[in-house]
Amino acid sequence: MNFLESLRVSLRALKANKLRSMLTMLGIIIGVGAVIAMVAIGNGASASITSQIQGLGSNLLIVSPGQSNSGGVKGGAGSANTLKMEDLPKIQAAGSAVKAVAPSANKNVQVVYGSGNTSTNVTGTTAEYAEIRNVNVERGHFLTQQDVDGSARVAVLGPTVVENLMGSSTANVIGKTIKLNNVPFQVVGVTASQGSSGVMNNDDMIFVPITTAQMRLIGNKYLRQVFVEAASADMMQTAQEEITTALQKAHHIRAGKPDDFSIMNQADILATMQGVTQTMTMLLGGIAAISLLVGGIGIMNIMLVSVTERTREIGIRKAIGAKGRDILSQFLIEAVVLSILGGGIGIAFGWLGSNLVGKALKLNASMTVSSVLMAFGFSAAIGIIFGVFPARKAAAMDPIEALRYE
Amino acid sequence: MIDLTDIKKIYATGDIQVVALAGVDLHVGAGEFVSIMGPSGSGKSTMMNILGCLDTPTAGQYFLDGTDVSKASGNQLAIIRNQKIGFVFQGFNLLPRTTALENVELPLLYAGLGAKERKERALLALESVGLAKRVHHRPKELSGGQQQRVAIARALVTRPAIILADEPTGNLDSRSSEEVMAIFQRVHEDGNTILIVTHEPDIAEYTRRIVRFRDGHIEGDERVQNPRKAMPQVEEEKGAVS
Ligand SMILES: Nc1ncnc2c1ncn2[C@@H]1O[C@H](COP(=O)(O)OP(=O)(O)OP(=O)(O)O)[C@@H](O)[C@H]1O
Ligand SMILES: [Mg+2]
Repeated sequence: MNFLESLRVSLRALKANKLRSMLTMLGIIIGVGAVIAMVAIGNGASASITSQIQGLGSNLLIVSPGQSNSGGVKGGAGSANTLKMEDLPKIQAAGSAVKAVAPSANKNVQVVYGSGNTSTNVTGTTAEYAEIRNVNVERGHFLTQQDVDGSARVAVLGPTVVENLMGSSTANVIGKTIKLNNVPFQVVGVTASQGSSGVMNNDDMIFVPITTAQMRLIGNKYLRQVFVEAASADMMQTAQEEITTALQKAHHIRAGKPDDFSIMNQADILATMQGVTQTMTMLLGGIAAISLLVGGIGIMNIMLVSVTERTREIGIRKAIGAKGRDILSQFLIEAVVLSILGGGIGIAFGWLGSNLVGKALKLNASMTVSSVLMAFGFSAAIGIIFGVFPARKAAAMDPIEALRYE
Repeated sequence: MIDLTDIKKIYATGDIQVVALAGVDLHVGAGEFVSIMGPSGSGKSTMMNILGCLDTPTAGQYFLDGTDVSKASGNQLAIIRNQKIGFVFQGFNLLPRTTALENVELPLLYAGLGAKERKERALLALESVGLAKRVHHRPKELSGGQQQRVAIARALVTRPAIILADEPTGNLDSRSSEEVMAIFQRVHEDGNTILIVTHEPDIAEYTRRIVRFRDGHIEGDERVQNPRKAMPQVEEEKGAVS
């Protein structure tokens, strides 16, 4: 009997037991679907985090107050008050690898314009911020050096803030006066939409001169962060070393003592975050793979039951001339068809699931060809591995014993 | 055609040994029509299963059509069952949820024939047992007599050397029994070798030779003096849909 005939015999047997075939496939469907969806979501999260970090600016170093823990990941840093405006020129002058420097101090404020009212985060900074952090201005202009020097009460709004205040992000807001925590500011610019990536909304922001922010809104002289643009990607490490030396000198930190600041490197952050998401993806994929294994055991279980239940059928087939190998291929093909069909449906569900979750979390949950191939191969392998045992059992049956079976 | 020499079958269930066949010698020539009779438990089915290569003897030699079956491997036995033997069971043993046509095609499927030839031959076989209009019915949509005729068509479809039937009329009423025997008589007239097991003397009278069993031995072997002729035609199919 050739393969096509065996396939037809198997399909007929599966069709005769539709409900059971469906239930058997369910394990594989869920397993494959979960693997596909998990890997797709993991990849989407990883891509989104990567683009977020790259969107911070190019060749970016971030100086934060407080001690860093090893490995370059920000620990409890940021809470200490060790960075001040006076550090800024020292960082700028630290060496040739430092191209531009911008400070930042933040505060959440209540924003009021007429009857419009919203709450958002205000960043106090300087003109250099726009270049370092890739902020583009759509209308009006960004903060200028004069604004900073003169502690001007001017503000640059993100499009989301404009929309929240005036009902439309394109509303004419330049020259209008808004109130931040009851302090009036004149709007001088609106930034271009950067789009929101993940949990961070880059458009829901207000920029004011750092001097004004410290004086009128925050009430202290400390900086939350200093953003530094290195001269080039190759110069990142040099810039980091130069800034470290300069700040150690400025802060009178003796050799061997811990620094009271930390410098994060964009590449470090990227590597760390990618490592985290990769681990997460593998973890989720691993859990999903276990469910695939359980699905395989389900197939074996049902196939064993099926072999016992169809003992008489096997006896009849053998009595009229089926060889052991014919019976073996019939049951093996049944198992493989179940698992491949289940795998196919699982891929469809995985695709659907990753799309839905991707939409909900605003991720680009991309289903990779490799994960589809892997899931498919895996489910076929499961069909063979878990199908062989029951199929061999069926093939080894003695015809007369099988016929006598009640 | 069939040569049995000192065939023994001993079942060992636990400590007790059951001797089902205690040394059977039997010769059946080509074209014979033999019925096997004997009390319950005398070993008739055991011998039929051995003849049908469904079971193997504990001892003794079995030559079928010149080949020593006792030395054949499992695969070779499957080929012999497929090509040389047509077996008809008391309980029909059709595949449920499978049409008459597909049931009859099955031996040809295992013989490796193509779909077209399978269908042609299966239809012919079903026609020859008077079921041309029932080919797409499933076993449970057929009467007992019709099911047994499907089973006979399945046994005939490979044009085997011998046809073995273990109480083929055991589950049938007298009318269906006669139909079945009419088919066997016709097949015999076409030159086939047939062995049937039966409890009913009436049925045995349709055959040409009666072999009597008792306690695993052959006790008697006689010619039937005036074989009865079964009603040749088969019941008219009423309102049948093909
Ligand atoms: N699988 C088995 N295990 C043990 N003993 C068996 C087995 N099959 C048959 N026997 C025994 O072998 C003997 C012969 O059985 P067999 O089925 O051949 O009788 P039979 O002549 O066909 O009877 P019946 O007319 O009732 O069908 C019986 O005593 C039976 O109990
Ligand atoms: Mg019997």
